[in-house]
Amino acid sequence: MKRFILMALSVMLILPQLAATVEANDKKIKTGFIYVGPVGDAGWTFAHDQGRKEMETLSFVEPSTYIESVPEGAESARVITGLVRKGHNLVFTTSFGYMDATLDVARRNKDVVFMHCSGYKTAENVGNYFGRMYEPRYLSGIVAGKMTKTDVIGYVAAFPIPEVIRGINAFTLGVRSVNPKAQVRVVWTQTWFDPGIERDAADSLLDVGADVLAMHQDAPATLQAAEARGAYVIGYNSDTRSFAPNAFLTAPIWNWGPLYSKVAQQVKDGTWKSESIWWGMQQDLVRLAPLSDKVPADVKQLVKEKTAAIKSGKLHPFDGPIKDQNGQIVVAAGSTHSDSELLGMSYFVEGVQGTIPK
Amino acid sequence: MLEILLDATVRAGTPILFATLGAIINERAGIINLGIEGLMLIGALAGFAGTQASGSLLVGVLAAFVAALLAGSIHAFITVQLRGNQIVSGLALTMFGIGITALFGRSMVGLTIDGFKRVAIPGLSQLPVVGKAFFNQDLLIYFSFLLVVAIAFFFYHTRWGLALRTVGENPAAADTCGVPVTLTRFLAVTIGSGIVGIGGAYLSLATTPMWIENMTAGRGWIAVALVIFASWSSYRALAGAYLFGGITAMQLRFQAMGTTVSVHILQMLPYFFTILVLVISTIRLQKGASQQPENLGQPYDREDRK
Repeated sequence: MKRFILMALSVMLILPQLAATVEANDKKIKTGFIYVGPVGDAGWTFAHDQGRKEMETLSFVEPSTYIESVPEGAESARVITGLVRKGHNLVFTTSFGYMDATLDVARRNKDVVFMHCSGYKTAENVGNYFGRMYEPRYLSGIVAGKMTKTDVIGYVAAFPIPEVIRGINAFTLGVRSVNPKAQVRVVWTQTWFDPGIERDAADSLLDVGADVLAMHQDAPATLQAAEARGAYVIGYNSDTRSFAPNAFLTAPIWNWGPLYSKVAQQVKDGTWKSESIWWGMQQDLVRLAPLSDKVPADVKQLVKEKTAAIKSGKLHPFDGPIKDQNGQIVVAAGSTHSDSELLGMSYFVEGVQGTIPK
Repeated sequence: MLEILLDATVRAGTPILFATLGAIINERAGIINLGIEGLMLIGALAGFAGTQASGSLLVGVLAAFVAALLAGSIHAFITVQLRGNQIVSGLALTMFGIGITALFGRSMVGLTIDGFKRVAIPGLSQLPVVGKAFFNQDLLIYFSFLLVVAIAFFFYHTRWGLALRTVGENPAAADTCGVPVTLTRFLAVTIGSGIVGIGGAYLSLATTPMWIENMTAGRGWIAVALVIFASWSSYRALAGAYLFGGITAMQLRFQAMGTTVSVHILQMLPYFFTILVLVISTIRLQKGASQQPENLGQPYDREDRK
């Protein structure tokens, strides 16, 4: 009898936990995505949507919802709230300008997990995430530095913010690591997405002698400009070589799938906690698209070695010594930029021709 | 350098020029059309899809014209037949254009076509400075030159042009004289919309031969402002479109060359000119010398004739 009571007691103790485990395993994840552009932009939003689709293949993830072309700022709060009301328990907001709106909605919906892309604020139920795009940018710079014959490389850039400046600097450091004579000329378009202006900016760089172009824009117009003039081009965001079959060399690209799947898994397991994720090539969040056949074998080999060095942590693109445009040492030999210095970067390294509008 | 700059000016200005010309035809008949941005997108997608399917650029341009004409007929039906609010209908047309092209364009993203190529006009293209910019361009640009002259000729040297202008100035008088006001307005809106569509097609067939959602990126709104800038004249529309195109081209090239002129000042210029022209045209309006069609924005109903 005593034994029976003991058993009954232990069963009573264990049962709720068992039930809890069963409940956790059954938990369905309903995700929602807020996009700044259309999924058909062949760029930034397209890459996020590919990641969403990859995450959706997980068995416990219910068909997800996405809302395109949501204006940044206060307006987005209404759209995010709408997703929460419809029962989404994991919401990704994929542009910088959604940061405050995300935190605002999150404060009133503590049972929902929010993940904001490219910002710097977090909360109890809001994490943020971004990728170390400067790593593949550095590698693409090596390719550009090897392929240029005029030693003038053009860079079509959107806005003078740290993210873009960091990309230009990493690219230029890659270029100069193999070709110290080469210059990177920068033209600001002051827009993320305007194919006409991007095309015109690319043409203006070709007009001043650039024979390799790189870009930080959301439309593939730069690729077409290079194709039309027989130059080479380095893409961005996603592998869009179909726009420039002859000109395309490679592209630093996003691969959001593993991150989205991991976050969904964490939320399901109940192990999710608010943090700032800044993954690089090691975690496969950012990649270098396969090099085209135009790239000689020795360059391919070099890029392969450097890729391995970055992934293993032996090589950091911002290892010193680094000089700025005026020849002043900004990073001494043997040291490297800290993450906070990278996130607030506001100077150009030696080899960049152009100015940062103040 | 000047040659390159002029060339880039013409290429950047052409889509805006077509859109402005189309809008002028609308407004000369008295109908405000704020659907320009949407019509350009419809033209861009239809042009791209037409060329993609047929392999012919001409088919693409015709498809752009017809598609935008059909979309414009919605605006014409609401504003001319139903005498609805022109502002609301136009804005709705823009939203309609953005949405429907996003929907039907999905399968077109990532496809490529051979866009318009330059065709040099023998002799003229050898002229110093202006030769390359104006006579070594693609066929759509030559067509835009013809259109500017043709529209001016139509307005001031044909009976139909006079009728159209009268409908915009004083529809009651036109009606009294036996001009079919409703039909004239309907044709002006639809054909004008078709020409706007060709402006969109210039982007998807010549500037960047591809389709991407929202690829007009606000050029339609510049065209709406340029109509006032041009004070409803096709020649001044050409000047205005090239001014906007030229300033964009210039500031990008200054940067590429590494000059130290502030990017912000250069990018401010188009808008500075807009304000300047608005001031000048408002002063002219106060002096009673404005070119604005007298009856612009007013629906016409024979029953209300005074």
